[in-house]
Amino acid sequence: MPVFWIVLIVLALAAAGYVLGQSRALTQVDGDARKLHSRPGYYGWNVAFSTALPALVLMVIWLFLQPAIIGNSVSSTISDDAIPEGQTRGIVLSEAAQIADKLSSAVSQGVLSRPEMMALRVDDADGMGRLKDAGLAVLTRPPVLGAAQQYLGMQRMGSIWLGILSLALAGTGFAWALMRTKPDFRARNVVERVMRGMLIACSSIAIATTLGIVLSLVFESIHFFRLYQWQHFFFGTEWTPSFGGGSKLGMLPLLWGTLYISVIALLFAVPIGLFAAIYMSEYASPRVRSVVKPAIEILAGIPTIVYGLFALVTVGPMIRDWIASPLGLGNSGSSVMTAGLVMGVMLVPFVSSLSDDIINAVPQSLRDGSLGLGSTRSETIRQVVLPAALPGIVGAVLLAASRAIGETMIVVLGAGAMAQISGNPFEAMTTITVKIVGQLTGDNDFASPETLVAFALGLTLFVLTLGLNIFALYIVRKYREQYE
Amino acid sequence: MNDMSLVERRLVQDEIKITARDVQVFYGEKHAIKDVNVDILDKTVTAFIGPSGCGKSTFLRCINRMNDTIDICRVEGRIALDGEDIYDRRVDPVQLRAKVGMVFQKPNPFPKSIYDNVAYGPRIHGLARGRAELDEIVEKSLRGAALWNEVKDRLQEPGTGLSGGQQQRLCIARAVATAPEVLLMDEPCSALDPIATSQVEELIDQLRQEFSVVIVTHSMQQAARVSQKTAFFHLGNLVEYGETDDIFTNPQDPRTESYISGRIG
Repeated sequence: MPVFWIVLIVLALAAAGYVLGQSRALTQVDGDARKLHSRPGYYGWNVAFSTALPALVLMVIWLFLQPAIIGNSVSSTISDDAIPEGQTRGIVLSEAAQIADKLSSAVSQGVLSRPEMMALRVDDADGMGRLKDAGLAVLTRPPVLGAAQQYLGMQRMGSIWLGILSLALAGTGFAWALMRTKPDFRARNVVERVMRGMLIACSSIAIATTLGIVLSLVFESIHFFRLYQWQHFFFGTEWTPSFGGGSKLGMLPLLWGTLYISVIALLFAVPIGLFAAIYMSEYASPRVRSVVKPAIEILAGIPTIVYGLFALVTVGPMIRDWIASPLGLGNSGSSVMTAGLVMGVMLVPFVSSLSDDIINAVPQSLRDGSLGLGSTRSETIRQVVLPAALPGIVGAVLLAASRAIGETMIVVLGAGAMAQISGNPFEAMTTITVKIVGQLTGDNDFASPETLVAFALGLTLFVLTLGLNIFALYIVRKYREQYE
Repeated sequence: MNDMSLVERRLVQDEIKITARDVQVFYGEKHAIKDVNVDILDKTVTAFIGPSGCGKSTFLRCINRMNDTIDICRVEGRIALDGEDIYDRRVDPVQLRAKVGMVFQKPNPFPKSIYDNVAYGPRIHGLARGRAELDEIVEKSLRGAALWNEVKDRLQEPGTGLSGGQQQRLCIARAVATAPEVLLMDEPCSALDPIATSQVEELIDQLRQEFSVVIVTHSMQQAARVSQKTAFFHLGNLVEYGETDDIFTNPQDPRTESYISGRIG
């Protein structure tokens, strides 16, 4: 039975449980809902949850575990002689899985009946011929075909058992919950406990994902550091990966490029964003503000690849022709300056929007106090509003900084891919993110340091931005306490 | 008895500090203040009383042009400080506010140190020529606000860390440090407990030596305790203005009588 139908049946049962639970609770008190411990709806939800949740949880766990269990048991039936020279058990298994796919679609298209398929042999000319005519030609050796058939058989058994078990579980839950439906049953407390459990589960998923990401980065990085000395990675000043061997994987040029471009971007974005925020929150009339603020925030909605195109075709050549070449500072279309400026434009809305909110959060009474002492508007902004908002603004800038450090597309198209340490902002340089992409594009051998270095770079980047984010959050939180 | 006659004699001698003639205030379409005429004396505490929304705070904010910061607010009529129209084009509201200081309903110390809070005005207006002189102004203002003894050892700590009453006295010290001629107080005690209130009231009485003080208050007892002159506002009109004692013991207008006896409000 397909899983889809099982889910549908369980849900239908749960819906019926809702209606039945509610009406059963009401009939027990002769329709007077006030005699129930909880409102009637909670009795309904209790039955619905008891029906659906255990069955659905069982299904999820089953579907996660089934492929691994079947894979293991099929694998154990393949004898070592059946594995050809130069291949691994894994390759044979995946071949069997592919054949199993073809066979099952042959059954569903009616080319072969299920018993015919299970009885198929490599030398069965009729069966093979029919498969070939249907465009599902199977060319294989007997042990692999056997494995595929076993695979299908176990899958079928698995889904039958899944159907039986989950329906039984749903039915049991349904009956049990209905039996428990009595006027003094604390249905609301039960339902709310279940809801709280679901909320906790959702938030744990986010945390678990983060942990998973970090762990995968850490493990792959450990692999890398087994193959490549960490001193050379962290303190090496040369980045010349070559898959043939003998590569130098020093991350300093990449770190330098990352920081250089980010600093230029922030030097551009922070003053402009801050002044825009001051205008919007202190000077603009509400009407102007309602137009200008969304307009600036549109910048935040532009995909970074589009900024990259802008850098590549407009800003890059412009900086080269008007500034770099006349000054004799280089003639490269892609440069740190290009990427930095375009990234700065991208960051303006981050800085301005966050700072605007923070400046607006400064109480009006402080402004009144300052104006009431005879200070001008600009003195008030400089000496009272901005100092009060400063921690929040610093937080905004740090969030923008972590965006800048993690940015990829603008750098690829704007700054090029040359790893070097140079002070000249009109030369091409590159960043950590670009090189991660570079090392992982194409055919990868996940045993070579040239590929694994990407994970070490990723971990470095992660630690860098995580540190900035924590620092930013700390500052923002400290700021929040100030007016309470 | 002797004190009383002293005060009365001084009132007679005092000159008029602020003159208001036919003042009208509009918030958009709303006519918030109607035909207010009042003469406020120098070195006197004048109390504005009246029910909520009667316009007393609005009128107070006209005297230092704080209403200018509200876009939809429009002021008509003439308000003069020492005979000079403060709504004249030649008057910069920024300079005016240095002469007419203000203390607000809720204590609003800046998120700076106690010292910097008090030194804020003098620094902006260049009242001190050096660190020593600034120190002197700060100390004098804090003493004037009866706060010096409580904070002299922690001038560098944030002003927001003080208690509510201390914060309000800090705000008074801040206003005093700018050397104003008039001090406007918009319900300065409404956020304070009774002990802090009595400290601030005592302070107001001392401030009368140097400034003309105008105080808006909801508490009639407070008006009776601290003020020499009282103005009663009702629905945007100045109903009655006179000696505080007269207003409370022998009100001329039936509305004033109803209000002070608690029948309207």
